[in-house]
Amino acid sequence: MNQADRLRRLNSAVMTTLTAVCTFVAVGILAVILGYIAWRGIGAVNLRFLIESPQPVGEGGGIGNAILGTLILLLLSSAIGLPLGIATGVYLSEFGTGRFGSAVRFVADTMTGTPSIVVGVFAYAVVVLPLKHFSALAGGIALAIIMIPIVSRTTEEMIRLVPQSLREGALALGAPQWRVTLGIVIPAASSGIVTGAMLAIARVSGETAPLLFTAFGSRFFSYYLDQPIASLTVQIYNYAISPYDEWHAQAWAATLVLMSIILTINIGVRILTRKRF
Amino acid sequence: MSDEPSTASFPTRRQRLPTLLGRWRRSLSPTGNTGDAIFKAAMFSAGLLLLVLVVSMVVALLSDSMLSLRQFGFGFLTGQAWNPIKGEFGALPFIYGTIVSSLIALLISVPLSLGIAIFLVEQAPYYLARPVGFLVELLAAIPSVVYGLWGIFVLAPVLRVYVEPFLAKWFGFLPLFQGSITGIGLLTGGIILAIMVTPIISAVVRDVLEAVPSSQREAALALGATKWETTRVVLVNGVPGIAGAIILGLGRALGETMAVTMVIGNRPQISISLFEPGYTIASAIANEFTEATQDLYLSALVELGLILFLVTFLVNGAARLLVRSVTRRTAGAGAPV
Repeated sequence: MNQADRLRRLNSAVMTTLTAVCTFVAVGILAVILGYIAWRGIGAVNLRFLIESPQPVGEGGGIGNAILGTLILLLLSSAIGLPLGIATGVYLSEFGTGRFGSAVRFVADTMTGTPSIVVGVFAYAVVVLPLKHFSALAGGIALAIIMIPIVSRTTEEMIRLVPQSLREGALALGAPQWRVTLGIVIPAASSGIVTGAMLAIARVSGETAPLLFTAFGSRFFSYYLDQPIASLTVQIYNYAISPYDEWHAQAWAATLVLMSIILTINIGVRILTRKRF
Repeated sequence: MSDEPSTASFPTRRQRLPTLLGRWRRSLSPTGNTGDAIFKAAMFSAGLLLLVLVVSMVVALLSDSMLSLRQFGFGFLTGQAWNPIKGEFGALPFIYGTIVSSLIALLISVPLSLGIAIFLVEQAPYYLARPVGFLVELLAAIPSVVYGLWGIFVLAPVLRVYVEPFLAKWFGFLPLFQGSITGIGLLTGGIILAIMVTPIISAVVRDVLEAVPSSQREAALALGATKWETTRVVLVNGVPGIAGAIILGLGRALGETMAVTMVIGNRPQISISLFEPGYTIASAIANEFTEATQDLYLSALVELGLILFLVTFLVNGAARLLVRSVTRRTAGAGAPV
């Protein structure tokens, strides 16, 4: 082997090792972040922390109202966002072949990258200003707007995986198209659609920016849709930027709770769909 | 199965209205089935709603920022002073902070993401590539506010104690690395952003590399190319898609809010030094929106939102077109959620 070839091989070995190092760095950062959250959070999580509402500094308190608020916001945004997102996905996969379909697809793709803070400003303009105060409704609408493009694109992709022969068979038996889509295609793709919906819920459950001036946050238990409502993320933010050590500890504990929910959904979906992807 | 032929002769007066209705119905459903027409109309309106939503976002942001648009005009973008008490609103410090922090993010995350994608697609064995790829994607599942929390209490102290003194010592002759060392500033914001956009860029680059036909690899290997030389051939084939992935990451970095807000220092100033605090468009909105009591102040913040929306929409649109040009053949290279 001559000198030039030896150099080429050395170069190849160095570069391929470097790519492995890059991957190792990324996985290492993930491990450091998750490990640190677990280490700081585990000590402060107990039953009282999970069910109590916040108290002044020095008196303990918990995140019960924030957990309830996050659940209400997620229910509200799912009720609005999932039907619209799934319907858009069905339109894109079953009818969206023309120019209008591509326009919707392009806008959905581009919307998934829209900064969530902008969605918050929009929800403020169309819901908070007319109602004249912060409300859970405004927060739910903001989260739903973030959900719709995500759900529509995953739904479209999942429905496209359903074999064409299934549709043709049903049509050949004389079923109208709406029955084919609702009765054959969507059930066949249902697990994929549920997966997409779960991932969208996991994504918006971590959103903070669109809630800051829509749902706003609250230190009390509330289930009224026209009143400000607490959420885990906004609570974490408020505690993180506060000057008190006790609240910092609570922020880490709340983060542990939030991350457990999000990771459970992500890993659960991964395990359930391992065969398909 | 249409009961009336579409090439009907002149409709009599009695038939005219039903024919028009029928034509509309046939356009919705070629089979003439009422259920089909209703179903398609319902699905269509959901799609239409998405377009209406985007248009109404632009309209709402425009109308609510009209006051500021009228008052400052183009000068809003070039004004350097942001002083709500005096009624001075110039967005340049925010634009500067947004661009600088995003550039730092790309500078770090692009090589990292390319390395990850190349490793996972070209080098790692199948049993390793899938779980490791999933772990990298999990970085994208961590919420922004959690990155912010981690940034305040872990990253910023590490930068203050180890990294920034090191940079100041060895690269202190550059104006970039001069000034007081606090651990909170443009550099910290950029690094947090880099971690956040890495999973996004690497996921799209993976899609792009996987779309390059394996005949390219086989040809290179058959000519005696080494592993790395083969990879370079693959990379050349994917250039538009990789460019798209990077621009997509840029779009995400420009609009990231919470994590940056928590570590960048939030001071509206333009400084060369990366150690100094800065401010981004998104964090200005997040911090000051609920404090804005005067109409003009609120209007200026909404205008910031409008700018951010239009810029990220253009950036993301361009990125999608680039990525799609490469991955079109493999159906549905969707969003890396």
